[in-house]
Amino acid sequence: MKILAVKPELCTRCGICEKVCSQTFYKEENPEKSAIRIGERSPETGHYVITVCGQLGACIDVCPVKALSRNKKGVVIRNKKLCVGCYACVGFCPILTMFIHSNLTEPFKCVACGKCADECPEGVLSIIEVPDLALSETEKWAIKVKEVAA
Amino acid sequence: MNKQDYKVLAEMDYELGQVEKGYTNRTLYVNLSNNSIASKPVTQEMKDIFIGGKGFGLWLLWHGVTPETKWNDPENEIVISSGPVGGITQYPGSGKSLVVSLSPTTHSVMDSNVGGHFGPLLKFAGWDAIEVQGKAEKDVIVYVDGMKGRVSIIEASEELEANTHILGKKMLEMFAESESEKRGISSVSAGTGAEHTLIGCLNFSFYDVRRQNVRIKQAGRGGIGTVFRDKKIKALVVKYLGVKGDSNHPADRERITKVGTKMHKEIHDYDHIQCKMRQGGTTYLVGIMNDYDLLPTHNFKYGLHPEAEKIAGEVWRKRFTQGIPEGCWYGCTLACSHAVDGYTVRTGPYKGQVVSVDGPEYETIAGCGSNCGIFDPDAVLEINFYCDTYGIDTISFGTLTAFVMECYEAGILNKEITGGLELNFGNAEAAIELLHQMGRGEGFGAIAGQGIRRMKQIFAEEYGADPAFLQDIGMEAKGLEYSEYVSKESLAQQGGYGLASKGPQHDEAWLIFMDMVNNQIPTFEDKAEALHYFPMWRTWFGLNGFCKLPWNDISPPDNAQTDEPAKVPEHVQNYVELFVGVTGREDVKSGEDLIRMSESVYNFQRVFNLKMGFGTREHDAIPYRSMGPVTMEEYESRAERYDKQLKELVGFDPEGKTTEEKKAALRKYREDQYEKLIDAVYERRGWTENGIPTLGTLKRLRIDFPEIVKVVKQHL
Repeated sequence: MKILAVKPELCTRCGICEKVCSQTFYKEENPEKSAIRIGERSPETGHYVITVCGQLGACIDVCPVKALSRNKKGVVIRNKKLCVGCYACVGFCPILTMFIHSNLTEPFKCVACGKCADECPEGVLSIIEVPDLALSETEKWAIKVKEVAA
Repeated sequence: MNKQDYKVLAEMDYELGQVEKGYTNRTLYVNLSNNSIASKPVTQEMKDIFIGGKGFGLWLLWHGVTPETKWNDPENEIVISSGPVGGITQYPGSGKSLVVSLSPTTHSVMDSNVGGHFGPLLKFAGWDAIEVQGKAEKDVIVYVDGMKGRVSIIEASEELEANTHILGKKMLEMFAESESEKRGISSVSAGTGAEHTLIGCLNFSFYDVRRQNVRIKQAGRGGIGTVFRDKKIKALVVKYLGVKGDSNHPADRERITKVGTKMHKEIHDYDHIQCKMRQGGTTYLVGIMNDYDLLPTHNFKYGLHPEAEKIAGEVWRKRFTQGIPEGCWYGCTLACSHAVDGYTVRTGPYKGQVVSVDGPEYETIAGCGSNCGIFDPDAVLEINFYCDTYGIDTISFGTLTAFVMECYEAGILNKEITGGLELNFGNAEAAIELLHQMGRGEGFGAIAGQGIRRMKQIFAEEYGADPAFLQDIGMEAKGLEYSEYVSKESLAQQGGYGLASKGPQHDEAWLIFMDMVNNQIPTFEDKAEALHYFPMWRTWFGLNGFCKLPWNDISPPDNAQTDEPAKVPEHVQNYVELFVGVTGREDVKSGEDLIRMSESVYNFQRVFNLKMGFGTREHDAIPYRSMGPVTMEEYESRAERYDKQLKELVGFDPEGKTTEEKKAALRKYREDQYEKLIDAVYERRGWTENGIPTLGTLKRLRIDFPEIVKVVKQHL
C-alpha cells in the first residue's frame, strides 16, 4: 500500500506542504485546511513534529455509514456522498490525522496524492510502498455478507 | 413502492421545507378513523416552554384526549418526537425519539424513549412530531416520504406478518427503491404479542450498513405497542436520504463540532478503562449490581446470586460481534447497541431461523434472567428475540414473570391454573412458553400479559390469594412494572421509583450509589434535592432527542475532583453548548437554565396525571418489596444487616425477638421513612402535601394556562 513517508530530521518548517495541500483540495493557501501539519519542535528529538495520516485504517471501523474504505492502492479514502459528518473518525484516529475546519461540514485526511512531496524543497516527504495491513473488521464483514448472500 | 399492490386510503402532499435551528416548525397529524392528514403549526410558545420531544408529545396529547378517554378509545394518540437537538450527528447519543400515549396498564399518560433512526429522519422529512389519532378499520401503514413530500395511509396486506423481524425487512423491500435507499428508511412496528397483551412495545428500526440488515431499538415501557396495534397500525415508515452534518441547520455548528470531537476523543481514550460500553453496552452493570446486592433475583427478593457471572458482562462481550460501530444513531461512539449474530432460534414459530438478536441490554438480562432465576444466556437471548419480534417489553415481561413465579412457588398458582406450565424460578422453558402464549393470545400467557396490577386482582378474586401479600410482592406502581434494580437499601431510590411520573422506571433517577454506597445524600433534604435535580436533569434529555448514557456512563478523567461528580459538570456544560449551538438561544447559559426547561414539562406531566384521575399522593405509593423484606426468608437472608439497622436506626433491640417481630418493626420504620421522604420531595418541588403543584409553581414555570390551572384547582 501507498503512504506518505516523512523524514522530520530534514524539515525546516517552510510550510510549503501545507499550502500545496490546501491549494490542491480547497483552492486556497490555508494551513488549517491542510491534511499535513507541521507543528513545533519535539522536545525529545528536536525535530519539527509532522502530523499526517499513515493509512492505518482505524477510522474505517468507526464510520457508521461505511464512508471510509481503502482504494486499490491501499489508501484510506472518504466517500463524500456517504459521509454524515459525525466526526467519529476524528476522535478515534490514534494519531489525530483526521482534520476538521469550521467552514467544512465534513472531515478530511491525507490521500497520499504526493503533491506535497513533489514540492517539498528539502526532500522531507515521499510516497512509498509499504506492506498491506490486515483487513479491517469492516472489510471482513463485507466478505462475510457476500459469502452468505452467495 | 409498487402502487398497484397496495391500496392508498389517503394522501397528503406537502412542501419539503427546511429545518431551522433544530425545528421544522410544524407537526404531522394523522387520523386513522376518517383517514385525514394535516399539518399543524408549532408555536413559539411551544418551543419556549415545551422545547420538543416529550414536551411536544405531552402538549399534543393533552389536547387530543379528555379525562374520560381510555387507552383504547379512538381519541387516544401516539405521538413521536425527537427534539430540537435530535438528529445532529456530531455528539454521541443525539438521535432519540420520545413516544407519548395513554397507557393500557396505568391508564394515564406514558412516555418511553427509544433510539433508531425514525425521529431524526422524520424531522429531516419535514416534521417535528407525528401525532396519530383514531383507529383504522383494517391494518394500515402510514408512510412519510421525505423525498417526495408525501404522507400516505396505506392499507396493509393481510398476509403481511406483524412481527417485527419479518415486518422490518418487508418495509425495506416495499419502500426502498434501491439498495442505497435502505439506509434512509426507518420503521416503527410492534407484533402479535403487542396485540394480545397490555405490555406491547414499539420497535424503532435503523439500517445496519455492515450487516445489511434491519436493526431495532425499543420504546418499551407502558404498553404503547398495544395502543399501536389497537389502532391497527402495522407500521409507521419514514424515508429521508442524504443526512449530513448540518441537516439540523444549527445556529452555530462550530460550537457543536467542538464538544462533539472532544467527546469522541474522551470515549476513545477512556471507555475501555471505564464502562466498556463499546464492547459490551450496558451488560457491564450485571456484575456491578450483583457485587452490591442490587441485581434483582427471584422477584426482587434478593440482590445477588452465585450464578450471576454466567450472564454478566464478560459473557456478552464474547457473544456480541465486535468491531462494528454499534450506534443507534450516527455519531454515537459510545456504541452500546450490540447484537448477537448467527443465533439459531430454538423454540416457537421461528424455530431454526438464524437471526441477529438486538441486545440483550442490562434490563433484559436482569429482568428475564436473574429476576426469574434464569442464568442461561441462550434462554435470555431466546426471550430477548421473541419479546422484540412479538412487540413485548422485556422489562415488564421479566418483572411480571418473576411475580408469576413467586406466586407459583407460594402455591397461589398451580399447574391447573397455568395450563401445565411449571413456573418455578429458573424454569426457562416455561418462561419461554409463557411468552409464546402471549404471542398467540392463549392460555395463561393471555392472563399474565395483562400486567401485574391486573393479575393481582384476578389472583385475589378468582384464586383466593391474599390481596395484601400480592400487594407486597407485586413489583408495580401506578400499574407499571418495576425496572430492574433492588431499591431496598436506598430510600432515595425508592422515591426515585415511586415518584416517577409514568411509574417505576429508573430513567428519572438512579440514586443508589450516591445514597447507599457513597452516603452523599444522608438527610431528607439532601435526598429531596437529589430527587428534584436528577429527575429534572434526565427529563431534559427527553425534550431534546438525547440519550442519557453519554452523560455519565463515560466521564472525564478529572470528574472525581469536581465539586459534584454525580452531576458530571463538564458534560452538563457540553449539553448547554449543544442546545445553544442548535437553537441559538443565547439566554441559556448554564445547567440551571436546562433544569428550568424540564421543570415546566415535568410539572405539566404531573398535572396531566391529575387530569386523567391520578397524580395525587396515593398514586406515589410503592409495594413493600421495593422497601424491605416481605418474607421471613428475605429477612433471615440478611438478618445481620437488618438487626443492625433495628438497633442503630430504629432503637429496637432485636435481641430475643422473633423474625416476625423484627420484620414488623423494620417495616414500620421504613414505611414511615418513605412518607417523610415524600413530604420533603413535594416541598422541594413546590407541591402541596398531596403532591399537587401549587398555583405559584405553575406561574413560576410559565404553565399557568387556564386549562391547566382549572385541573389543579380541583385538587387545592
